[in-house]
Amino acid sequence: MDQSRPAPAPGPHRLALEGIVKRFAGAVLANDHIDLALRPGEIHALLGENGAGKSTLVKIIYGVLHADEGRVLWEGQPVTISSPARARALGIGMVFQHFSLFESLTVTENVQLALDGRQGENLAQAIDEVAGRYGLALDPKQRICDLSVGERQRVEIVRCLLQNPRLLIMDEPTSVLTPSEVESLFVTLRRLAGEGVSILYISHKLDEIRALCHRATILRAGRVVGACDPATTSTRDLARLMIGEDPGALERRDPPVWPHAAGDEAPRLELERLSMDAESPFAPPLTDVSLKVRSGEIVGIAGVAGNGQGTLLAALSGEHRAPRPEAVRVDGVAVGHLGPAARRDLGLAVVPEERLGRGAVPELSLAENALLSSYRSGALVRRGLIDRTRAHGLARTIIERFGVRAGGSRAAAGSLSGGNLQKFIIGRELLQKPRLLIASQPTWGVDAGAAAAIHRALLELRNQGGALLIISQDLDELFAIADRIAVLCAGRLSATRPVHEVSLEQVGLMMGGLFDDVPTPAPEARS
Amino acid sequence: MKMFLHLEARGEPSRLWIWAAPLMAVFLTLAVGSALFAALGKDPLQALNGFFIMPVSTLYGATELLVKAAPLALIAVGLAVGFRGGVWNIGAEGQLTLGAITGGGLALALGAVDSPLVLPAVLLAGVLGGMAWAAIPALLRTRFHANEILTSLMLTYVAQLLLGWLVHGPWRDPHGFNFPETAPFSPHAILPVLLEGTRLHLGIPLAGVVILAVWALLARGFIGFQIKVMGLAPRAGAYAGFRQNRLVWFSLLLSGGLAGLAGFSEAAGPIGQLQPALSPGYGFTAIIVAFLGRLHPVGIVLAALFMALTYLGGETVQLFMGLPLAVTGVFQGLILFFLLACDVLILYRVRVGRRPAPGVS
Repeated sequence: MDQSRPAPAPGPHRLALEGIVKRFAGAVLANDHIDLALRPGEIHALLGENGAGKSTLVKIIYGVLHADEGRVLWEGQPVTISSPARARALGIGMVFQHFSLFESLTVTENVQLALDGRQGENLAQAIDEVAGRYGLALDPKQRICDLSVGERQRVEIVRCLLQNPRLLIMDEPTSVLTPSEVESLFVTLRRLAGEGVSILYISHKLDEIRALCHRATILRAGRVVGACDPATTSTRDLARLMIGEDPGALERRDPPVWPHAAGDEAPRLELERLSMDAESPFAPPLTDVSLKVRSGEIVGIAGVAGNGQGTLLAALSGEHRAPRPEAVRVDGVAVGHLGPAARRDLGLAVVPEERLGRGAVPELSLAENALLSSYRSGALVRRGLIDRTRAHGLARTIIERFGVRAGGSRAAAGSLSGGNLQKFIIGRELLQKPRLLIASQPTWGVDAGAAAAIHRALLELRNQGGALLIISQDLDELFAIADRIAVLCAGRLSATRPVHEVSLEQVGLMMGGLFDDVPTPAPEARS
Repeated sequence: MKMFLHLEARGEPSRLWIWAAPLMAVFLTLAVGSALFAALGKDPLQALNGFFIMPVSTLYGATELLVKAAPLALIAVGLAVGFRGGVWNIGAEGQLTLGAITGGGLALALGAVDSPLVLPAVLLAGVLGGMAWAAIPALLRTRFHANEILTSLMLTYVAQLLLGWLVHGPWRDPHGFNFPETAPFSPHAILPVLLEGTRLHLGIPLAGVVILAVWALLARGFIGFQIKVMGLAPRAGAYAGFRQNRLVWFSLLLSGGLAGLAGFSEAAGPIGQLQPALSPGYGFTAIIVAFLGRLHPVGIVLAALFMALTYLGGETVQLFMGLPLAVTGVFQGLILFFLLACDVLILYRVRVGRRPAPGVS
């Protein structure tokens, strides 16, 4: 791999930041005198936990935000990057984590919108040319809604490349890609770097940074806490620099034991050939999804975003009703026709993917957010009236028990950081002592410390006999905590397999829809 | 290069300003109102005195303020419940009219029945009438996803035409010299006057009690919490298992019922019979009152008193200074305008900046 990472050319820096300071309202220092320099042809990693200030810094470089102090030097010259248009004119391109593409338009039309004044035909040709040169397989005539997430990202990259950038910023580019898509992205990025394009690569994923990047700058709490050559630094050292403490190995409990393996008891959750339409026109419908989750196990559902995860979660939580009541059973009871409240009464708890606006109401206090899903337990509501003392008590219990960093039970949910709010939501669901917990992306965008705490809490519920279904795009997470794993692709669910019997590559293949290329497990007699 | 004015979201809106903005809006309304009076050739101080002080300088004036503020506050509190939950009942005027029709109809039908139950019965009929009228937009929204802003507003005109037909036609008082009005209600169906020499009737303390009850419901009741969640984050409400349709029904029936009560109280209080023009637009003004009062019961009571004053003030300056009655509408419009403008400035700060034209580097 080292031969594909030639040392960047010496000479003046492509981009240099000197003493960048950005303050937000309330005097929070998001960037505290940050220095950063990129050479031509260098792939430079920007590494840090959530809230470390990476996004702020990148937005300053791309002209979305303006620094309060400090200098930006472009090719050695001081510049003011007043807007993204100015950044693009200088030669800075950015691929955002959340793509900005019009789903109903074609690839060419989307690119055309970004580059005003270029003809469609030439443009299709130019797209083909750039895509071919960098190994980005893409059909300019296809509509975005028919493309996979990886292909959509290629559209974003091609759109940047057509403007001949000299600095390309990639924000968490691999978070939604399959392993093979990641490999091909790296090939593209290395080729670009070989041609002298500087790349600022933002990621949490330490292995990727070690494989790809020439330099790494590590941010913590708005400050640069270290810079290193990631290839010669161990993953453990990188993690320590990023988190500031030894991450502490996740306590992997005993190998899975299924207390009810004899099969007398009905599974806690059973999906039987569930088919239903998606909420949005751009998500695939669920087709014949069958699954069993038993007491004392964690079943993980892997898959690239947009393959039916949202519909599946809504079908399980009761936010969308199944066409047949028997398609969804909780403890043997057909619940497909029941709403969320009735399902909660059967011991179901749900952690949705979106924390703000679904799992919690940002404007309301933590006490009110504790009430949001706990109102049927703990005598919080009596004769139609809310017992506010108890609601605040519950919120304080969640805060203490799950180590939520918050300004008390009166703090607005929106004032918490993503990780702390997620700990609060998961704590709220766990305190209802659910018999069955369904969580989507439980540690998405959460820092490593909070993620470890969340994983410990989920495993504890499992060890106490709870049944858990975790929908996640983070394979490392599923391999760390799940007992069995299945893959959702284009609305179909693969058979579940014990985690220790499948490899990362096999899951990656299934995420690409190749269910049949993976050897089938032993007959599904007991699982 | 072009100059741009752009709005930049502030992080946290200031709590102080959330409540100071309505006062600011009142102040700006007074300032612009003075200029307006000056432009009409009147002494602004004298006009403001006539508009805001004179009407309430007597006991009768002060009680009139309450007579006008009570229906405004009653309707606005009901509307505020729905507004918190994103249910936009714009047709309180129609529900008010229908409440007056059903309550008045029962009062006329009962005629001279002498029972202490007559008054509760006719009040209840008024409430049910308002509810029934609000049930139509509720049904249309929950069954057919019809926008309740349009349906409730359109039903207002239907209700007013229905009232007009009734008082011009079947319900016209045979001894009324052909005036378009019903026979006076019997004394048992009338809200008794509490203070001799004024029009301060039982409907006013009744409105106070109802407003307190709604306040308790909003502050402590689980249904109030559900409505709040539904307004702030509908997806969180669905996640929690709150039934949106039930909350739409609840908000519309509550606001319709309170508007109906206000409507019949108007007919059975100061007026004593049904007439084609029962309300000087209370149902619409109450929308301004609800927002001026920040959808909070205490704020709504204060806002209702202020808006009631604009009605009295308009009449006073018409009488004593020969200014047109439209001054009332102008003041009500000004205050809503300034409140909305202040709100924009609370949530955003204005930046004057330059942006390079596209393509220029």
